[in-house]
Amino acid sequence: MNLPSLPDDPDGTNLDFMPQGYPELVGALTHTLGPKNVLTSTEDILPYGFDGTAALKQRPLAVVFARDAAQVSAVLKLARVHRAPVVTRGSGTGLSGGSVPVAGAIVLCLVQMDRIMEVDAANLTLRAEAGAITQRIFDEADAAGLFYPPDPGSMKISTIGGNVAENSGGLRGLKYGVTRDYVMGLEVVLADGSICWLGSKCVKDVAGYNLRDLFVGSEGTLGVITQVLLKLLPKPAARQTLLATFARMDAAAETVSSIIAAKIIPCTLEFLDRKTIQCVEDFAKVGLPRDAEAILLIETDGHPAAVVDEALKVEELCRSHGATTVRRAASAAEAVQLATARRSAFSALARLRPTTILEDVTVPRSELAGMIREVETIAVKHRLNIATFGHFGDGNLHPTILTDERDTEEMQRVEHAFADIVAATLARGGTITGEHGVGLAKKPFLKRQLGDASYELLRLVKRSLDPDGLLNPGKIFDLSETLQSDE
Amino acid sequence: MNNSTTTNAPGDMGGSALNATPVSVRETPVSGLAALDYSILQQCMHCGMCLPTCPTYIETKEERHSPRGRISLMRAIADGEIEATKAFGEEMYYCLGCLACTSACPAGVNYAQLFETARSEVEAKGLLDSPKRDAIRWFALRLIFTRPRLLRFVGRLLWLWQVTGAQYAFRKLRLTRLLPADLRRLEPQAPVVQAKFSHQLIAPVERPAQAATKPRRVAVLTGCVQDLIFADINRATVDVLLANGCEVHTPPLQPCCGSLHAHNGDTETAEALARRQIDLIDPFAFDAIISNAGGCGSHLRHYDHILEGDDRYAARAAEWSRKLKDISEYLVEIGFRRPEASAVPAASVDVTYHESCHLCHGQKVSRQPREVLNAVPGVKLHECGEATMCCGSAGIYSITQPETAGWLQQRKLGHLRATGASVVATANPGCHLQIANGFKQAGEATSVVHPIILLADAYRAERAKA
Ligand SMILES: Cc1cc2nc3c(=O)[nH]c(=O)nc-3n(C[C@H](O)[C@H](O)[C@H](O)COP(=O)(O)OP(=O)(O)OC[C@H]3O[C@@H](n4cnc5c(N)ncnc54)[C@H](O)[C@@H]3O)c2cc1C
Ligand code: SF4
Ligand code: SF4
Repeated sequence: MNLPSLPDDPDGTNLDFMPQGYPELVGALTHTLGPKNVLTSTEDILPYGFDGTAALKQRPLAVVFARDAAQVSAVLKLARVHRAPVVTRGSGTGLSGGSVPVAGAIVLCLVQMDRIMEVDAANLTLRAEAGAITQRIFDEADAAGLFYPPDPGSMKISTIGGNVAENSGGLRGLKYGVTRDYVMGLEVVLADGSICWLGSKCVKDVAGYNLRDLFVGSEGTLGVITQVLLKLLPKPAARQTLLATFARMDAAAETVSSIIAAKIIPCTLEFLDRKTIQCVEDFAKVGLPRDAEAILLIETDGHPAAVVDEALKVEELCRSHGATTVRRAASAAEAVQLATARRSAFSALARLRPTTILEDVTVPRSELAGMIREVETIAVKHRLNIATFGHFGDGNLHPTILTDERDTEEMQRVEHAFADIVAATLARGGTITGEHGVGLAKKPFLKRQLGDASYELLRLVKRSLDPDGLLNPGKIFDLSETLQSDE
Repeated sequence: MNNSTTTNAPGDMGGSALNATPVSVRETPVSGLAALDYSILQQCMHCGMCLPTCPTYIETKEERHSPRGRISLMRAIADGEIEATKAFGEEMYYCLGCLACTSACPAGVNYAQLFETARSEVEAKGLLDSPKRDAIRWFALRLIFTRPRLLRFVGRLLWLWQVTGAQYAFRKLRLTRLLPADLRRLEPQAPVVQAKFSHQLIAPVERPAQAATKPRRVAVLTGCVQDLIFADINRATVDVLLANGCEVHTPPLQPCCGSLHAHNGDTETAEALARRQIDLIDPFAFDAIISNAGGCGSHLRHYDHILEGDDRYAARAAEWSRKLKDISEYLVEIGFRRPEASAVPAASVDVTYHESCHLCHGQKVSRQPREVLNAVPGVKLHECGEATMCCGSAGIYSITQPETAGWLQQRKLGHLRATGASVVATANPGCHLQIANGFKQAGEATSVVHPIILLADAYRAERAKA
């Protein structure tokens, strides 16, 4: 393996630092994309040094905007000639450091590629450029009487390309699945600049390997997604939202198990603990019960009769498992308000402490109640302030450590707590990340979860598709480490 | 932290008929991002939830022009990682200060304070200084908008210019070609000054016709721009308060509230003006202090914060901020009387409501103006798209950044037109002018009013009938 030696400027603070050939590269990029689409000044590029992840920061060398696949291809070819790493970026809301630049990188930002090209009502598909905002995709489908279910908390600003690259989930994951379940086709630019289509509008298609799915969740390490072909569903005729309040966390967890055991699959089954409830209420003012230990936000959708029936059963189950109150959203507007409030949970928690670091562990649903108790024990053990919310129905928890990155002693305890949470998750047959991706944040834990053989297979795939190791290098895993030397 | 000795301001801003205490300023202004409480900067966890509401990000899709991008630059300066440069200064003036980001931000980032601190750093360091800019700033911030009498005098000249036909003749003779380019562009946008200013329309104290045993005592702030070109709105404000049993105090000569200064990096003058305002109106003597201009109210509400380090004023400033209310907010709070439906013409009027940034984002008053509008018999309220997005007026932004301001104005007009309304209600003079100018230039008859005008009209119609 011959890897390019990447520039070494860990803090990104060395402003004079420039890799060899850098001025020629910038000149060529400017020539190809036009001066407006190549940013190099400090004020312009500093705000691309981070994404939504706490405490990760690295200034890039330049930021470029592409308008179509041909330009993306040109950028990748130039980067290859100059051996410059390329970090693809959507809206930079990622929570595992995926679009945080590596030293000396060109950030390839796709937000200008935001066209929605086609809503095909006959085939129930939508085709859009990778930079299109998730919310707009939902709205366009909605306007045609159709439905694009994946709804990450960040959907008002995240790009569909970012969603595909992270295989994002959302509030409707329990019934409708995640982004992967809606990707029918992708246009991808490979490391050598070639442009290929993977997948088609056909519901069934087994021509060749299923490489489309390889790119879903690839975190910008295998290629640059430039277009997506999405599957749409008919819009559910009715929906009902319930808000159940609990005085004990266990009661909420047991309620969830009982709903699933009763063979009911609501579209949404979200959970917030007390700290999260209070922060969200401070921001959104939607009347959440501040004194509750936990709340469940539950939504059922589908045929009107089925919705009425399901809502009744769910309400009964909540009450019989100790819900202190169950509130029904009186209108569609109130339901949207409650869901929007829930989507703000992560950011709202930042009200309590300066630094908000969130986990994304997921366990089989039967392990949920135990996992939550374990997180509480870990918080006490390390004397940390941890709030928890998450997609309960999916077994996906977001324990969020509220801390201060400038307090080095406390940050050490945070490290230990994370290690404990990961160990507990893996012991329960869980995964270190349910929807935010590995990126930089989860990289140290990946091999432990996958085991040597699977881990090495991942790296083999990476080497085949990106032999120079220029696409988002150092994310998910390092290519340079050897199996033996790695602990 | 603010126990430094005080001196008279350079160019003494007293000297008005107010005979207020001499204007005092800090000797060494504690300004700058580095001196700011770091937790305010740290509060931003760069989640990006504010991006879709920020007009300059929507326009450019560049992070530098987004709230979190700007905050990251401020933080880098506070950290000493980068220098505050001219480019940074320009960025701070490209920001509209519309505060849409604060409504969108779940983390509760105090962008208003960051923005004002950053702009004051830009000014203290002279990052954007040029002779022309300095002269304009001195003229506007230090001269005109600190002296209410002078402002009225300038207003009177402008009025003469407009009513005597001089403006018309000047344009007819195409003498406007002699003006420098930016003045030529602005000249037709100059607001029409009203024949009478607030003090000619409102007595210092007015009592309700049927006084309750103990009427509510309120003070009305007349504003500076509002005073000259929208004195009728001030009159209407007094009328609706009287109609709701309030005893209304309106000091005839009021200083500027200082918002223009704070938003343009002149913290010193802003503080001095806050003191003078409090000297003039003792907050402990009133049940409420009423503002009817979104932009002023948003600033007036923060006197507590502006004067928190000033021992002599802190307590009064805190009381002031507690009592400061927007007119619609106060009416709803006291359960204002809905005019009789029968007293009003049968024909209904289609109205839409544009939210002033500093009323909805700055003061979080959003529901109440709609309640006022819905109480007016015959008004049919139609919601418009993007009601809370800036119209591009943003203080003097339409003068400093005409391109972005024009783009926002057209975007706004599009949403207003789509409602089919013939009347646009809005509660801030800047928005009022920006939208009215837009319709005028497009040759459309849509009119713009303050919600309070409609309510006052309804009360008047009621009285006429009785
Ligand atoms: C408040 C908040 C709530 C969130 N809620 C959820 C949630 O409920 N569920 C969830 O799953 N996530 C959630 N996220 C995480 C994040 O929003 C998602 O991962 C989202 O998909 C990222 O989209 P983006 O456009 O911001 O991508 P970025 O952050 O810019 O990039 C993410 C990764 O994808 C790669 N990438 C981006 N675009 C492309 C492309 N076109 N081709 C190839 N690679 C690309 C980048 O290199 C990077 O590795 C949340 C984040 C925030 C801040
Ligand atoms: S200002 Fe608020 S919403 Fe915007 S990035 Fe910072 S924390 Fe998030
Ligand atoms: S004040 Fe307005 S223009 Fe400035 S950052 Fe906030 S939203 Fe953007």
